[in-house]
Amino acid sequence: MNQIDKNLLETVASLHEIPEGAYNIRKDGKSEARNSTAAIQITPKEGVDGIEIHIAPETREQSVHIPVILAKSGIQETVENDFYVGENSDVLIVAGCGIHNSGSDDSAHSGVHTFYIGKGAHVKYVEKHYGEGEGTGSRIMNPKTVVYLEEGASMEMDMTQIRGIDSTNRETTIHVGAGAEVVLTERLLTHGMQKAESRVDIFLDGADSTARILSRSVGQDQSEQIFFPCMTGNEKCFGHVQCDSIIMGDARISSIPAIRANCVDAQLIHEAAIGKIAGDQLLKLMTLGLTEEEAEEHILNGFLK
Amino acid sequence: MLKIENLQYSVAQEGKTTGILRGIDLNVEQNHFMVITGPNGGGKTTLAKCIMGLAEPTGGSIVWNGHGLTHLSITERARLGVRYGFQQPPRFKGITVRDLLTVAAGKDLSHSEECALLTQVGLCAKDYLNREVDTSLSGGELKRIEIATVLAGKASLMIFDEPEAGIDLWSFTRLTETFGKLRDRRNATILIISHQERILSMADTILMVSDGKITGRGTPEEILPQITGETVCFCKALDGNAEGGAKV
Ligand SMILES: Nc1ncnc2c1ncn2[C@@H]1O[C@H](COP(=O)(O)OP(=O)(O)O)[C@@H](O)[C@H]1O
Ligand SMILES: [Mg+2]
Repeated sequence: MNQIDKNLLETVASLHEIPEGAYNIRKDGKSEARNSTAAIQITPKEGVDGIEIHIAPETREQSVHIPVILAKSGIQETVENDFYVGENSDVLIVAGCGIHNSGSDDSAHSGVHTFYIGKGAHVKYVEKHYGEGEGTGSRIMNPKTVVYLEEGASMEMDMTQIRGIDSTNRETTIHVGAGAEVVLTERLLTHGMQKAESRVDIFLDGADSTARILSRSVGQDQSEQIFFPCMTGNEKCFGHVQCDSIIMGDARISSIPAIRANCVDAQLIHEAAIGKIAGDQLLKLMTLGLTEEEAEEHILNGFLK
Repeated sequence: MLKIENLQYSVAQEGKTTGILRGIDLNVEQNHFMVITGPNGGGKTTLAKCIMGLAEPTGGSIVWNGHGLTHLSITERARLGVRYGFQQPPRFKGITVRDLLTVAAGKDLSHSEECALLTQVGLCAKDYLNREVDTSLSGGELKRIEIATVLAGKASLMIFDEPEAGIDLWSFTRLTETFGKLRDRRNATILIISHQERILSMADTILMVSDGKITGRGTPEEILPQITGETVCFCKALDGNAEGGAKV
């Protein structure tokens, strides 16, 4: 692995070296390194590009890293990864994709991640998307995530894309079973001419299921963002959608949250706000000695943290 | 020394110009402790904002320790040691009390420094350092954090704008102690805009500002009796009512 690969890996998966535990590192369309453990088996899928990850029941305090890096310009790939998380396990899954495009061809990664999360299991899922490179070719990412949470299972999803990706079209669908819980946090910053679209559909199918979506985004320059978070309550459940965006320059942001109740005991809330950085926030930080640019950066960093 | 000469601030409203500050002349000696008071709308906040650079005067000059401030940016004034605690501090999503104190101090603070700053405004570091300075804080909590950000800067000119607003009695006692210590240390010039007798009575000098002008200046012994005598008399209508009612 060269320096570019290492930088990408560090950015998308906070990896400095080969990680402990189970991992699969995919580079330029091929598996570069793979490791299974006694509790976590990673095997290639038949017929399509991708892997299956089987996590044994009761597996605790273990992690799976599956970063993807595209360092060669012009690679276009679709990868399907399936995760089977055994009952009562508690694991960290770090997925992320970094594209370094120094050429004139488009580089595109379309990942389909499907999670089957067993009863009482807890998953923390961290996904970072990042792009760099001086080339004129676009960096494109179209992730699709599907989650099935069984009874009493829970999942925390942190999905981040700060700069670098020219075009993204994200689709997330989550089915929440009885007593199960999902908390999805999405952070996005677009600039230049970038475009990002994110659609999240959460179905609260089981009694006493809960879901929260927290979306924070910053749109700069001429970039465009569209959010469609939708929460459907089919049973006694609680759902909360909060979308908060800072708009700058000539950016355009649409935030279209929807809540749908198909049960009298479904309690669903949505809040959405778009606005520029408040003038008094900038002024306050300037009275503490920051320049206007530093103040702006500080506010955005906090907002997207 | 703070030297303000013929400071003017006027705004155009509905075709005519309204004078908010109408010729303020003020000299404040080094390490002086001054409390500014006067009726609401008198121009106290505008005066403070002109010193900090948050409002641009339409005339006159402000000189701080020999530096002409009038044409400097807010940032440049801050770096010259001028600090202003907002009357209505802004809230920030995602920025913690610790972040804000770090920015205010211009460096990473040790835990004991952080604790000391918050204790001075009656807050417990353990409960507050990691709290976000957002809508989850009450008005009084926000106000005290605001004061802590001014204290953190180790400024040579500190301006506090109604620091007592929204603060409970216990914290207020702590705050007056803090201001008392600031005064006794004599290593910064302090301007406090306040209506509280406890704070007014600590002043070296009380300055009365009303209707955009300085209408009185003196020691607490000289000024306090006047203020208490005319508390309800800033408004003609109230004046009339008071005569018809309570006054003998
Ligand atoms: N930019 C402005 N435009 C219009 N009116 C203003 C502006 N700034 C201040 N004022 C008015 O000037 C007066 C003095 O305000 P302020 O300095 O906040 O008074 P104080 O702090 O003494 O209560 C108020 O009537 C206020 O509404
Ligand atoms: Mg005021």
